[in-house]
Amino acid sequence: MSAGQPPIDSPEIRRLTPVLGPGHTFGSVTDKISSIVLTRPTSYGWYAGFALSFGFTGLMTIAIGWLFIKGVGIWGINIPIGWGFAIVNFVWWIGIGHAGTLISAILFLLNQKWRTSINRFAEAMTLFAVACAGIFPLIHTGRPWMAFYMFPYPSTMGLWPQFRSPLIWDVFAVSTYGTVSLLFWFVGLIPDLATLRDHATSKAKQIIYGMLALGWRGSVRHWHRYQSAYLLLAGLATPLVLSVHTVVSFDFAIAIVPGWHTTIFPPYFVAGAIYSGFAMVLSIAIPLRKAYGLEDFITMRHLDNMAKVMLATGLIVAYGYFFEFFLSLYSGNKFDLFLVQQRLHGPYSHFYFALILCNILLPQTLWSYKLRHNVAFLFIMSLIVNTGMWLERFVIVVISLTRDFTPSAWGRYQPTFWDWATFTGTIGFFVMLLFLFVRVLPAISIAEMRELVAETSEE
Amino acid sequence: MEQHRSHIYGVMAEFDTPEQLIHAVEKARAAGYHRMDAYTPFPVEGVAHALGLKRNHVPLITLLGGLAGGLGGFYFQYWANVASFPENIGGRPLNSWPAFIPVTFEMTVLGAALCAVFGMLALNRLPQPHHPVFNVKRFVHATSDRFYLCIEARDPKFHLMETLRFLQGLQPHHVSEVTDA
Repeated sequence: MSAGQPPIDSPEIRRLTPVLGPGHTFGSVTDKISSIVLTRPTSYGWYAGFALSFGFTGLMTIAIGWLFIKGVGIWGINIPIGWGFAIVNFVWWIGIGHAGTLISAILFLLNQKWRTSINRFAEAMTLFAVACAGIFPLIHTGRPWMAFYMFPYPSTMGLWPQFRSPLIWDVFAVSTYGTVSLLFWFVGLIPDLATLRDHATSKAKQIIYGMLALGWRGSVRHWHRYQSAYLLLAGLATPLVLSVHTVVSFDFAIAIVPGWHTTIFPPYFVAGAIYSGFAMVLSIAIPLRKAYGLEDFITMRHLDNMAKVMLATGLIVAYGYFFEFFLSLYSGNKFDLFLVQQRLHGPYSHFYFALILCNILLPQTLWSYKLRHNVAFLFIMSLIVNTGMWLERFVIVVISLTRDFTPSAWGRYQPTFWDWATFTGTIGFFVMLLFLFVRVLPAISIAEMRELVAETSEE
Repeated sequence: MEQHRSHIYGVMAEFDTPEQLIHAVEKARAAGYHRMDAYTPFPVEGVAHALGLKRNHVPLITLLGGLAGGLGGFYFQYWANVASFPENIGGRPLNSWPAFIPVTFEMTVLGAALCAVFGMLALNRLPQPHHPVFNVKRFVHATSDRFYLCIEARDPKFHLMETLRFLQGLQPHHVSEVTDA
């Protein structure tokens, strides 16, 4: 490739952009990734980032503590807007988690090699996003100490949860999703924990990683069953991830509220979830590869592919918006028509236009190869898409609830300081968990990178 | 010699590449050894086949877990709404089965996933904090960049000196005895 090198964006080069930098061996990928956790000194940047996110986590704790003392009246919710920020944030967070499962399960089943270096931290992102999501419905119940009512347990009252209600489906879907994501993540970690155990220099690290590794020794008999289990988990997680946001969308679609009662909600929620999730993976991957010098492992090919997935799912979401709009007009239902008019001209119309700008118009720039390869641009775009998806949830929840069937039931919604404190607090909590994760666990799957070394050296 | 042998778990050879390991496993099988295991830092295609491993029971356990979760999940909802506390909700039939499907589905996935993971760990006899192979100092490379073949002492054909010589003949990086304690 030295003489007569083709221009940087020619098709030949595009095909050759590797998923792994050149010259890596089994030992070099092991040392490089494990050293981030084991030997590299903790940088000041890490401390600064951790301190900031820890501060926001503190804010979240205060906001939730105050909520427990005073009740949900400290939030901006009222009648008719019983679902405020809590549900907006819940849907947003749970959607973000979906990309992690998509990358680890669906791309695994489709044999996409480029998933290898991003699946570990994407799965961690899923877990942390589900943790943030889980907080909201819990604190939104008003009496969170009674939350166990939602689980079927033999109570002295002889009552059972209402299994015909989407809210109970939600409890089962989200808790199953959290559990399966944790299992999938942990199973993937076992061989890497064994690597850390064997490379650790201090006794404490050897003991902690050794216990977590469960005594993994890389026996081929173990790998044989491990691979079966991993493949099966991927196969199970794939329909699961599609079901979770489908069930979340049922919370809306099964109600008769205008703007919610529509059959397009399940697919359009799932596409939106993957859209925002890939945006979040990009928002994490770009600083991560920069901070720890992982450009050989998370290459431009990964960023390019993720940008393409974002563009594709963004177009599905755009299709969803269009048909939501079209079907309201086509139905001739006056409440649906009124809702469309309210989205375009009502008191929250600026949110709707911001949403169209962030989710549909601006991401069209990703058609450009040059822009997809501009890392700073991608980072900004990923933040824009995340904002757009949050706005989408806001528009769905708030506009429909403020404009119900009769004008006497109309209202306005204004989030309070405590709404914002809880929301920004969960972002801080999420970032703090990520900071801890990259410091104590390998952010890239070492065992799978070795496999990738073996596969790429064969070619 | 007899005294010494009782503490021997097996003999282990270290290889640089997965190809060498597969070759060694094939040679050992051809030489009549059966009780052996290979250790690799990542799942190497072909070693399981060379060792003669065929199907495992993880898929069956997963299937059973999924069936138990799904049937149990549905039956529970049916029992709760039809037998335990029948209640007329909006005139729907007591056994309004379509509404029970989402929870049934989630319980199927949960049952199958739990059985896949814990079944795999149980069949692998994990967690197992200690194993004789960890007594070999160089074995730390098994989770990094080296490939190991261990012929175990319980193999009827095992003879310390001869097996050592046999493994040395396969051009390994290193050969070591694995002791029990």
